[in-house]
Amino acid sequence: MTMPTVSMTVNGRPVREEIEGRTLLVELLREKLGLTGTHVGCDTTQCGCCVVHVDGMAMKSCTMLALQCEGAEVTTIEGLAQHGAPLHPMQAAFRQHHALQCAYCTSGMVMMALDIVRRHREPDEATIREELKGNICRCTGYHNVVLAIAAGARAMAERPG
Amino acid sequence: MALAGGQTLLREMKRGRLSPTSLVDLGGLVPRDVALRDGAVWIGAGATHAKVAASDLLQRRFPVLAGLVAHIGDPAVRNRGTLGGGVAANEAAGDYPAACLALDATIETTARRVTASEFFAGSGELRTALEPGEIVTAATFPVTSHAAYVKFLNPAARYAMVGVFAARAADGSVRIAVTGARAHGAFRWPEAEAALGAVFAPESLRDVRLPPNGLVEDLFADATYRAHLAEVLARRAVELAVMRTQGVLVLSHGSSR
Repeated sequence: MTMPTVSMTVNGRPVREEIEGRTLLVELLREKLGLTGTHVGCDTTQCGCCVVHVDGMAMKSCTMLALQCEGAEVTTIEGLAQHGAPLHPMQAAFRQHHALQCAYCTSGMVMMALDIVRRHREPDEATIREELKGNICRCTGYHNVVLAIAAGARAMAERPG
Repeated sequence: MALAGGQTLLREMKRGRLSPTSLVDLGGLVPRDVALRDGAVWIGAGATHAKVAASDLLQRRFPVLAGLVAHIGDPAVRNRGTLGGGVAANEAAGDYPAACLALDATIETTARRVTASEFFAGSGELRTALEPGEIVTAATFPVTSHAAYVKFLNPAARYAMVGVFAARAADGSVRIAVTGARAHGAFRWPEAEAALGAVFAPESLRDVRLPPNGLVEDLFADATYRAHLAEVLARRAVELAVMRTQGVLVLSHGSSR
């Protein structure tokens, strides 16, 4: 049986791959495209380590079939800043505020943070905490993550253009 | 098998509880609008929770429904999950099914229009009255001014350990729906509805008990505790509904009130 082909744009680059129908988006990203910045934590739609953007919205890539992304624009953590270029303001805020310890959850946290900013611009602390319901950190806790998202949102609002 | 947002179905497939030989992605096939039609809110099956929760129309005309949807899952799940998937999956702790039952929603499918009470009366292994090949296309919710939803969150995964939706329709009929308490999904609570029929006030529920037989038991809550939660949350929901604030209240361990 021939395998289906899926086409999408990943981090601005057109991608076309033959995959098994059951392939999850996160499997395509990590195993076919080598974009291992997106992680699999719980594999049950709870922890948020696998969050990427599909057509500009945060989604859990462990709970989507790659075939459902036909024609979509997908952005992963690797797509936020070019290699060697300055970090995205949200990434810089995570670094500045030490919003990570082991960093396993960090790429999902950053991608969710950008979705929070998309919808709330400059969210207050309560909003950030509520919005992080689907992103779980099991080591450093949430305090610095919340500070970083608020700072990142401020930096993005002040960014020219 | 039909695949909507996949936020339930793909999880069930990973667990091995479902293993369909083929999936048909409904994305783009079912309507996804939110509209006001004859005093009722009509929501297309393909409308994501994020879209419904952010709908100006819904926030203005039916904030309790917008508020309920704004607390389904988490933001990433809401960007993906849909009304159609939520009602067709009828998860044990689903929020939409409770709203459908209490607000006397009508579920529209490719074959018929069916009341929520009939739709969610699945038997045996079936979670809904959907027939093979039948697809949910929309749901219609009559706008109800006396309505409120109160849920108490599971301490870890933050779904409704128990949730109660209380509503009194324009004709005076009262519907109380409980979610999270039975494995088969949300259900109406006739004894509570009868007690509230005469006087729609929290005091009317003082002596109404939900029998714990058949309620879900897990490491977070035994059946007796779930029954107690349902009784307390029902009084809170009626209290909110009487105030006509169209409220949604989300409680968890450590909530101050």
